[in-house]
Amino acid sequence: MKKRIASVTERVKEILSSPIGRWAFIGAVLALILIIPLMNFQQRAFWVRVIGYTGLYIILGLGLNVVVGLAGLLDLGYVAFYAIGAYAYALLASGHFDTHISFWLVLPFAALLAGFAGILLGIPVLRMRGDYLAIVTLGFGEIIRMLVTNLTDLTNGSQGLIGIDSPYLFGLELKTSTHFYYMILIFVIIAIFVTQRLDRSRVGRSWVAMREDEDAAQMVGVNTTRYKLLAFAVGAFIGGLGGAIFSAWQGSIFPDNFNIMVSINVLCLIIIGGMGSIPGVVIGSFALITLPDILRQFSDYRLLLFGFLLVVMMIARPEGFIPSQRRRLELHAEEIAHAGPSETITEGGS
Amino acid sequence: MPLLEIQNVHAYYGNIQALKGISLHVDQGEIVTLIGANGAGKTTTLRVISCLLKPRQGSVLLDGQDLSEFKAHQVVNQGVAMVPEGRGVFSKLSVMENLELGAYSRSDKAEIQEDLERVFEIFPRLRERRSQVGGTLSGGEQQMLSTARALMARPSLLVMDEPSMGLAPVLIESVFESLIEINKQGTTILLVEQNAHMALQVATRGYVLQTGEIVLSDSVEGLRKNAMVQKAYLGIE
Repeated sequence: MKKRIASVTERVKEILSSPIGRWAFIGAVLALILIIPLMNFQQRAFWVRVIGYTGLYIILGLGLNVVVGLAGLLDLGYVAFYAIGAYAYALLASGHFDTHISFWLVLPFAALLAGFAGILLGIPVLRMRGDYLAIVTLGFGEIIRMLVTNLTDLTNGSQGLIGIDSPYLFGLELKTSTHFYYMILIFVIIAIFVTQRLDRSRVGRSWVAMREDEDAAQMVGVNTTRYKLLAFAVGAFIGGLGGAIFSAWQGSIFPDNFNIMVSINVLCLIIIGGMGSIPGVVIGSFALITLPDILRQFSDYRLLLFGFLLVVMMIARPEGFIPSQRRRLELHAEEIAHAGPSETITEGGS
Repeated sequence: MPLLEIQNVHAYYGNIQALKGISLHVDQGEIVTLIGANGAGKTTTLRVISCLLKPRQGSVLLDGQDLSEFKAHQVVNQGVAMVPEGRGVFSKLSVMENLELGAYSRSDKAEIQEDLERVFEIFPRLRERRSQVGGTLSGGEQQMLSTARALMARPSLLVMDEPSMGLAPVLIESVFESLIEINKQGTTILLVEQNAHMALQVATRGYVLQTGEIVLSDSVEGLRKNAMVQKAYLGIE
């Protein structure tokens, strides 16, 4: 029995590692995701919302993955940028100040504002590493949440902001979950494309060198100051984008939407998927955001079961579901070495 | 004009003075060694050369140009490549990726390829292991990788911090042989070592550093005959 499962997984791996097989798989998944909202089944609205929400977390995961997975900067306050993006849109497009600027204008502004905040956070922590960096960023996330709670004149405090405008696209008001489902899907694809290009560029290589050894990176000529700030800015930009979409979708936001659990969840989904791996972020989001909803039928035992699955997974696959090539080499170097010289990292593959 | 000239450098860590006005020079084509015990200021000297530490007084000139205007990441562009203490290989990247990062500041693809061939000729072991991750190499291989990575920057000056550290004697010998080969191909070398015995065999000249001061400077023959060096660094009574 075990052997049969092993041979099946072998076969699946084989298919997925050929380019045609991989594209066919991606195409099939994409097609399924595209038609879900069009199908007619019980609880359709529920699933559209859950998967849309998962997509939002994929966007956040891709952003934080740049900071944590690629550049190696442990950021525990990522929710701050999500909040900045969300509040930027909510303040500029609602009855609160009676300003109603178009979503498509505010979206880039909200993302840029968050990116700018990322640089502001980055400057004081340039010389920090590891745990110290984690503590400062954790504090930053809390500071932003406290600010939106207490700046009542600006943000309406814990009463939150309600009646946030829906976006319009060619005269169509985007307000149902299905609309946002498709919008988020498009942004997920854009974010995957952009982060993938960054990863494989000179910028990505600079991040990786910095992550591995900061001094050695400087010695080969990497401007670590610039690339650290760039990582914070790119991550924050994507977080801000996610925040603006979130506030437009939900129509109302409250400081509680931006508590530390958001940061922790996003970090966890990256770890579960496999640090630094883009497909890992996608799988991790489904595992961490969708799965708890699937388990909802077990009601009270849901989180227990979920925690159990996480423990099993960390024992069985410490490197995550779809590890980036490098982490796999790191954690299973011995097995690979015993299997003989491997050419998994090709000469151009950096 | 010397390739590297350090003039009266004073350097501090906070209030603690690590270098008390050292001066030395390295001429084009030489192998110069800087020997000294633990805490003498060897690594500090290298941190000053690589602009990781700014001297409070004095200057470092490369080809007559003051290096203090540059940031640490720009030094390699000026032609100084470092092989840091403890090797500093990117342990999760493959040998090939390590070498590519060595050529980070260059864009001349054809010449990079040429240099890759060159370092593989000097260190054939690295060619065999090119897809292996750095962290799984043996100590000697990591030293080769670190040296090869520095060479990928095509430096005019190669600065090495204790390449013999933690290596078996037979490996130390092969590391030093490769240094001679690298030097023959035209790269000037500043070799910082505790292992005076080996260093004095490959270098042409040497300096002795003690508690932040240069106490001796001579040709290696002169240093080998010096009573103080024999007693303190070569273990000859």
